Amino acid sequence: MHEVPRFRRGFRFQWEPAQESYVLLYPEGMVKLNGSAGAILNEVDGQRSVADIVTSLEQQFPDAGPLGKDVSEFLQDARQQHWIELS
Amino acid sequence: MSRTETADPIKPANPHNAGPPLWLLAELTYRCPLQCPYCSNPLDFAQTEKELTTEEWVSVLRKGRKMGAAQLGFSGGEPLVRQDLAELIAEARHLGYYTNLITSGLGLTEAKVDAFAEAGLDHIQVSFQASDPELNNAVAGSRKAFDQKLAMARAVKEAGYPMVLNFVIHRHNIHQMNDIMSLCERLGADYVELATCQYYGWAFENREGLMPSKAQLVRAEQEVNQYRERLQQSGSAMKLIFVTPDYYEERPKACMNGWGNLFLTVAPDGTALPCHSARLLPIDFPNVRDMDLQSIWFDSPGFNHYRGDSWMPEPCRSCDEKEKDFGGCRCQAYLLTGNADNADPVCSKSSYHDRILAARKAADHATAGLTELVYRNADNSRLFFRG
Repeated sequence: MHEVPRFRRGFRFQWEPAQESYVLLYPEGMVKLNGSAGAILNEVDGQRSVADIVTSLEQQFPDAGPLGKDVSEFLQDARQQHWIELS
Repeated sequence: MSRTETADPIKPANPHNAGPPLWLLAELTYRCPLQCPYCSNPLDFAQTEKELTTEEWVSVLRKGRKMGAAQLGFSGGEPLVRQDLAELIAEARHLGYYTNLITSGLGLTEAKVDAFAEAGLDHIQVSFQASDPELNNAVAGSRKAFDQKLAMARAVKEAGYPMVLNFVIHRHNIHQMNDIMSLCERLGADYVELATCQYYGWAFENREGLMPSKAQLVRAEQEVNQYRERLQQSGSAMKLIFVTPDYYEERPKACMNGWGNLFLTVAPDGTALPCHSARLLPIDFPNVRDMDLQSIWFDSPGFNHYRGDSWMPEPCRSCDEKEKDFGGCRCQAYLLTGNADNADPVCSKSSYHDRILAARKAADHATAGLTELVYRNADNSRLFFRG
């Protein structure tokens, strides 16, 4: 929870109006992100910790209940995919 | 999303309800210092007239981005030959593209590597021809190629770019798989593309001299799988992408994810194509100098030619896999059957599949050496359009 996620060099996260979604761009590739993946990665700024991100998302989506587990699982998965680094 | 029947006077007609071109490949030039005998450029590339100007490319980039293109490849030929490359990179990055430079490394310098980073270039892919200088330079037709590529791969890494190293695999280098992968690991590659030759353009002319045998291929695939396991165990982030040749498949590939579906290529002279090989087809493709990019993509006969499935003859027409592979590759159908409407002969349902089987058999007995291949250069190119 104290770890700080940041995008790996070469990975870029941005909103694409034509696809009406957030995407993750990397060398010769693109992942179209679903709503929750987009919302989580939108919080990744290389400054804030996983705990900060959870707090922020729980404020944005008060009806969703506690998000700690889902968010850290997703970020671990993103690390396994080598999209982000956690340090 | 609901569709309305009201015609929009600004938007072009879109008879097949095509989505946006998410990938734009900008083939900036056909000029190249190398002579690889499997080059995907057209055989008659030397006939191509004036390249698009900087302003014309900027206009293509702007229009493509507006239509939704997010991935942009600068390719060629050798894109470094263009003096305006840094300017085009800066414009593309400013527009929000993810910018990929696909280069042989020849003509690259450390100063350019840094200048392109400054301009916002996201990634550089360097191609190699082999894992040792002798074979590399023989395939590339250039004595200094290998050392330059090594130096530039190191410079790319040093500058902090993500690095893709690309090797086209064929019967003359397929025995080097382990050496190739270990070279890539030493250079710190993030991705390694081991792309078995596809037989279009120059590679089709040289198919007998390039195509690996089934035995060679099986062994190569095993070596890649073993290496991949080793990487995984050591926690390495290097990714191996092994592209198998469709000549050894029984079903065709879903070529380009469907015709005019995701990919838009603009050739050096402004000809717009649904893939970089499609120029060889007997279809009139539009040019960005004569037609707006949006109309080209949605409305031109060239781009609508193979959208949907009403063009399909048998066996594709009644095939329950037609939505999966779209009948395969139109270029391959044309090159092997003389009619681009036919099923890709890779498919075992095609009545021309025997031509694929014959090519496999030939690969088992091929003896041609490297010197017998037709190398991609302007002199050889002129032979193809002089007839």
